[in-house]
Amino acid sequence: MSILHRMTGVALSAGSLLFIGWLVAIASGERAYELFTSVVGSILGKLVIAGFVFALYYHLANGIRHLFWDAGKGFEMQQARRSGWAVVLVSAAATVGTWYATLI
Amino acid sequence: MKSLKTWLLSLGDESEGTEHWWHQRLSAVAMIPLTLWFIFAIATLGDYSYPSAHAFVSSPINAILLLVFIGTLLSHSALGTQVVIEDYVRGKSKVVTMILTRVAYMVLGAVAVFCLLRILFG
Repeated sequence: MSILHRMTGVALSAGSLLFIGWLVAIASGERAYELFTSVVGSILGKLVIAGFVFALYYHLANGIRHLFWDAGKGFEMQQARRSGWAVVLVSAAATVGTWYATLI
Repeated sequence: MKSLKTWLLSLGDESEGTEHWWHQRLSAVAMIPLTLWFIFAIATLGDYSYPSAHAFVSSPINAILLLVFIGTLLSHSALGTQVVIEDYVRGKSKVVTMILTRVAYMVLGAVAVFCLLRILFG
């Protein structure tokens, strides 16, 4: 699980390039912006975005878990296993929820 | 406040471990509300057309929050990337990778701030 925290962190660093690319597109004008949305709005683009959304929720939830560990809480094997599963479930549910919310 | 040169050339030796650890935790805590805001803001952006995206960034409160988000995000990301580099890159290439990465983060931050200002005042 810990390696996933690092992997999602690295992925999200790449994702921040996409976010800054979005700002560049807006600043560059309507035509550049439409090119950007046509790429991100494609099926492949949407899949990548969904992956980034999941990585973001996972890194956020697992990061909070790490902060609790830093505070010396939740170290028991059973607690750690439970919170690990909670992180996976919460981030999966939040990804699906965000997906539905943006479609409506 | 560390000087730019000190930051660019500091290579994460043991003496800086505590400072790095604290910066990473502080930026992590700050990222919690900022990320939740960011997800909510992007998810409720409407039709994602150029006018709505432009209007979103142009709103003063959003622009300020975006600025704080970008600054915190990039420093949190830079701190994490430093750990990854330290773990997987050795010797001379570690020094080169570290400096190049930091230059890249500075360029990225400058580009983001420039675009934000251009959208706001352009």
